[in-house]
Amino acid sequence: MGYVEHPTRWHRHPARFRHREGNGGPLRRDPADRLGGGVASGVAAWKGFNVTTVRIAFVLLTVVTSGIAVAVYVLAWLVIPAAGGGPSIGAKARSDAQGIRLAAALASLLVLVLLVAAAVSDSWLINWAWPQVLSVAGLVLIWRNAPADEQATIRHLVQPLEVATGMTVGVATPRRRAALRLTIAGLLLLGGSAWLFSLHGSVALLRPLGGVALIIAAIVLALGPWWLRIARELDLERQARVRAEERTDIAARVHDSVLQTLALIQRRADDPAKVIQLARLQERELRAWLFEGRVPNELDADLTLAAGVRQIQQDAETRYGVPVEAVTVGDTELDDNLRALLAAAREATINAAKWSGADVISLFAEVEPAEVSLVVRDRGQGFDPEAVPADRKGLAESVHGRMTRRGGTATVSTAVGEGTKVTLKMPRTAEPQTQGPSPVGRK
Amino acid sequence: MSALRPRVVLVDDHGLFRSGVRAELGREVDVVGEADDVQPAIALIAELLPDVVLLDVHLPGGGGQAVIQAVKGAHPQVRFLALSASDAPEDVIAVIRAGARGYVTKTISTAELADAVRRVAAGDAVFSHRLAGFVLDAFAASPSADDLKPSFDPELEQLTNREREVLRLIAQGYTYKEIARELYISVKTVESHVSSVLRKLQLSTRHQLTRWAAERRL
Repeated sequence: MGYVEHPTRWHRHPARFRHREGNGGPLRRDPADRLGGGVASGVAAWKGFNVTTVRIAFVLLTVVTSGIAVAVYVLAWLVIPAAGGGPSIGAKARSDAQGIRLAAALASLLVLVLLVAAAVSDSWLINWAWPQVLSVAGLVLIWRNAPADEQATIRHLVQPLEVATGMTVGVATPRRRAALRLTIAGLLLLGGSAWLFSLHGSVALLRPLGGVALIIAAIVLALGPWWLRIARELDLERQARVRAEERTDIAARVHDSVLQTLALIQRRADDPAKVIQLARLQERELRAWLFEGRVPNELDADLTLAAGVRQIQQDAETRYGVPVEAVTVGDTELDDNLRALLAAAREATINAAKWSGADVISLFAEVEPAEVSLVVRDRGQGFDPEAVPADRKGLAESVHGRMTRRGGTATVSTAVGEGTKVTLKMPRTAEPQTQGPSPVGRK
Repeated sequence: MSALRPRVVLVDDHGLFRSGVRAELGREVDVVGEADDVQPAIALIAELLPDVVLLDVHLPGGGGQAVIQAVKGAHPQVRFLALSASDAPEDVIAVIRAGARGYVTKTISTAELADAVRRVAAGDAVFSHRLAGFVLDAFAASPSADDLKPSFDPELEQLTNREREVLRLIAQGYTYKEIARELYISVKTVESHVSSVLRKLQLSTRHQLTRWAAERRL
């Protein structure tokens, strides 16, 4: 046994490539410093090599082994766990039956293509391509099971390929993808036949090709349905994901509306009138959402000003229990300016409902030929405008800002004990998009 | 003097509402009678001749305006204050044009209702914020030529700027006293503006007024 080198000697041998001693721990990929899967940096850290050295060695190895090293790299990516804990991607991939089938399908498809290519020509490229069957299968498994950031890396690596084959999902529109695929297929067909006929001038030489065609047909017949099923399953999986997203969206909406209202109802169980009011409002909102497709708490595009004012009234009454007396004179379709006016009015109304302590809030909207005015008034405690802390920007930003950005004005008259009156005016024919904020009414 | 403690008849088809108003208003006015429909109300008013009739806009047998139309000719001194929960503009405008001196919503506070009754008894007009909005709306557009029947008084067809201002403030929930302070005029002047608006509302020949109300059916 004396002639066997001590293991450490082999490690010590390329000592001049080392920056430091190896970390001594188990081999772990290092996703923090990665070009692909972080295998090279992992190996470098493990043995204490320079990362760049390992990478160059890997490229050389790839050339020497005519591509096998790439497959080995992918396998390493799959098998070696990432630094910082967690199982390897391969461990997760074992339970991903769908992914394994997809990988097998892609691999078999690639094998088929390579068989055809090998039959037609005997290029060195073919030899290079064989190991990549394994790489592709491995990458599929990684792509499906790796953490999000590593998935992104793969997407970057594969993106040019995806675009070329028109397989990009969700990037191109289906029609564009179909057109691209057809074009590529047509070009391949044309190029292939032209190539064949130019190489084999005599038709007799094409005979072996008949055999190849038969084999291909056989493989397609045998494996075709399987590929199709896998494609279908992938589609089903995507639909399931879409449904899951919809469900999350619905859950969020139900929480914002129904659950909030139920909580309010429980808190006000001793006030039957209030409970009925809450229930009615929630019912109205839910019906509008379920059957008319209107989203709660958002001003509809087809809403009119009077309907918008009614909505503010209902909202303030339900959420803060303060009666709002709304009077609207005239009505008009909403545009962006008037939506901003309504949003400002909503803010002012809710402010009054929350802070003024008034028994009732008046909301008065008047549509005149030149402008729309909206007055929110309460007889509550009022406030000293100078004493509002700088971090309570509700009135300043939501009301003043909204109005002046669109060429309107906002005037607040209030004093402690005197109630508050917010007067909002928005010109009807202004061109706010091209104008800067109007200096009128600004603080 | 009757204006200080007016004699009131309640006409409303909801017994609960009548007893509620009677209990609340009893300290401020004399509720001398109640009726729950058009015909009993007409008979009762002719018999009691109250200062003010608190009249529900919606009555099963023809609505509040039927009561006013039946009583008005024989007993012009009886004044009507319309009261409603529904606020459908065409009903409100109809009952005002039939001769009611004012209109308030059923959500009004007791103190305000008592005040409104006293005003009507004294011959003034009483507008709720709702009615003010309706009137502003109805008089908003300048009437086109075919909107007007031949009128003796073209002034009837327009509100003055001052009247508009007063109505706007009423619509914003201001009391007459607050309006007077806001506009630097006396409460009496506010009342005369409101009465003038009421007169225009009742005497105007604007087609628009009735058509407007009909279009607002919600």
